[in-house]
Amino acid sequence: MKLDSQNFKKNAAKALKDDDLQSSLAKLGTGFPLKRLAAAARLPEFEDLRDQARDIKDHTLRHLDFYLERFEARVQETGGHVHWARDITDGREIVHKICQSVGAKTVTKGKSMIGEEMAINEYLEEKGMIPVETDLGEYIIQLRNGPPSHIIAPAIHLRKSHVEEAFRKTHTDLPKDRNLDEPEDLLKEARAMLRKEFIAADVGITGANFMIAETGSTVIVTNEGNGDLTQTLPRVHIVLCSIEKVVPNLDDCATLLRVLARSATGQEQSVYTTFSTGPKKDGDPDGPDQFHVVILDNGRSRMVGHETHDMLRCIRCSACINHCPVYQSVGGHAYGSIYPGPMGSVLTPALHGLEQSCDLPNASTMCGKCEEVCPVRIPLPQMLRSWREKQWEDGPVPFLQRTLMTWWAFWATKPKAYHFAAKIKIRVMGLLGRKNGHFKSMPMTNAWTQSRDFPAPEGKTFQQLWSEKGGRRS
Amino acid sequence: MSSRDYILGRVRWSLGRGSFERDSCESLEARIATPKSNLIPKRGQGDLKAQMTLFVKMAKEVNATVSRLKSLDNVPKAVAKYLKEQDLGTAVRLADHADLQKLDWSKLDVSTGPSDGDDLTSVVMAYAGVAETGSLALKSGPDSPTTLNFLPDNHIVVLKDSDLVGDYEAVYGRMRRDSNSADFMPRALNWVTGPSRTADIEQTLLLGAHGPRKLHILVIEDHG
Repeated sequence: MKLDSQNFKKNAAKALKDDDLQSSLAKLGTGFPLKRLAAAARLPEFEDLRDQARDIKDHTLRHLDFYLERFEARVQETGGHVHWARDITDGREIVHKICQSVGAKTVTKGKSMIGEEMAINEYLEEKGMIPVETDLGEYIIQLRNGPPSHIIAPAIHLRKSHVEEAFRKTHTDLPKDRNLDEPEDLLKEARAMLRKEFIAADVGITGANFMIAETGSTVIVTNEGNGDLTQTLPRVHIVLCSIEKVVPNLDDCATLLRVLARSATGQEQSVYTTFSTGPKKDGDPDGPDQFHVVILDNGRSRMVGHETHDMLRCIRCSACINHCPVYQSVGGHAYGSIYPGPMGSVLTPALHGLEQSCDLPNASTMCGKCEEVCPVRIPLPQMLRSWREKQWEDGPVPFLQRTLMTWWAFWATKPKAYHFAAKIKIRVMGLLGRKNGHFKSMPMTNAWTQSRDFPAPEGKTFQQLWSEKGGRRS
Repeated sequence: MSSRDYILGRVRWSLGRGSFERDSCESLEARIATPKSNLIPKRGQGDLKAQMTLFVKMAKEVNATVSRLKSLDNVPKAVAKYLKEQDLGTAVRLADHADLQKLDWSKLDVSTGPSDGDDLTSVVMAYAGVAETGSLALKSGPDSPTTLNFLPDNHIVVLKDSDLVGDYEAVYGRMRRDSNSADFMPRALNWVTGPSRTADIEQTLLLGAHGPRKLHILVIEDHG
């Protein structure tokens, strides 16, 4: 997907008027968050597990080079291959070469955010191959030729009528008068169509939630089972992952898995958690002949040790997204990046540069819910604030905004003068607004008053009321 | 410079150091060679009876069905009963596992080996079960084809209570001990917690996405 974060404001305004999207988002707001809450409440150790999950990732990141090298060595010992990709061009070429080496025509794909980052489908199509997404949500998105809007529920913005339309348009071999009214009918059709693809595919590409240095295994977590068919049936299994996904050992991975599904969907455990280690072994009746792991950097090594270092702890559970009032209002596409919500607003500027995504760090109410629910306790609001500071220092800020902020800062740093000016302003506003109790419009506050009235103050500032009540400490 | 050297060099530069000295590696090597468990929830730490009760409860919660049998010998009968109840015919595809192959399957239409996608029902042995979440550990190998876990519509898994443990870490510990080498991982270790599902269409939960529509667990209680 091409980055479109510069148009955040325009896209967000459009999203607010999209009724289909709004009804999906309303459902999301009460779905995942409540399930997460229930799952967390059932496990008394949940908060302690979050601390440990954070510590495991911190430890690994501090010794990232060591664990990556160990992981590589173990993959090679089990008969697999490791490929290092410094950027997406590198990554795409590696994948293409592997596909080419076995004369691949059809490539099935499990859900992978690194695959999205590389836009691997578009690339393989350009090279004459047929990539087929197999996660139901991703499959629907691919048929509609649009980007995902959520990192674990990619088609969350769509209604079932959209899915029906896409299936009727694509599955033209099936009877025209077939019934596709219910979600069950749609699933049945997708299952049958994709079953053929699984069996026909020459190469299967999956992502990885974790890479294990102890064993050289890669781990995927799914509910559908598509990732498993994708990696078991073709001759070649390619795993797309990124440098920060490595963890030291299986026990560390167990701890992370305990917080992953609960934070994401509120499940105790996802249906399928699969550890893949090397190609088919002697005597194995099934499995791929080749096992390739592509490790992508794409700017992450620059994040290590810098302001956005903690973001590398992220395990892509989507809890911050599910709980974000901004995401719940505008959905994923408005962000113009495959990574939406708070985690995306921190990560996208780190991967693509702030000039390409300057609205994203501002697309937050700073309510702090994201940090509260993050299983690895990433200080997301603090990092958004640090992007805002950076933007102020050397990024693009509109002239009017910069002037007003400078002016405000001038007063705000002089408390006596500020309180004096505020007193006068509130007094005047109180007098002017006494009649209606609110303002229908005011200079320079158009963005507020065009959708709601501004309440009139009663004539005194908080500081005045506080000191009148004797609350002042000195 | 190769991408590998570039990435690792970049990481070291960002961390403000060169590559590791031999000494500082030792504690890291130990974390890999002799892993220690982190916090393990109390939930799964009861005796076998409590673990079994928890396992059954958790598995049912995620839409698996469970039958408790007194002996492995009762498995063919239990499978036949399940197939009849669910109206699934008499054909089953068996894993080539000694525990399954020694049983009397004469009442059913059985074949053995991996699946090519045409099998309606499979019967496999679990390597372990975990009480904490009602999860099954299935280890790929000659006696446990991975395709049997994903292609058939109905997945029947036999779990001996001697293979039931409280937590995932106990399974990893057993795998390390069983093998006694660094190569203890099978090609695929599948953790299965309930039958396949999706909520990708309007957040409606539907069972039977790409994997099995039904998961039936036969627990053998001959140790408890």
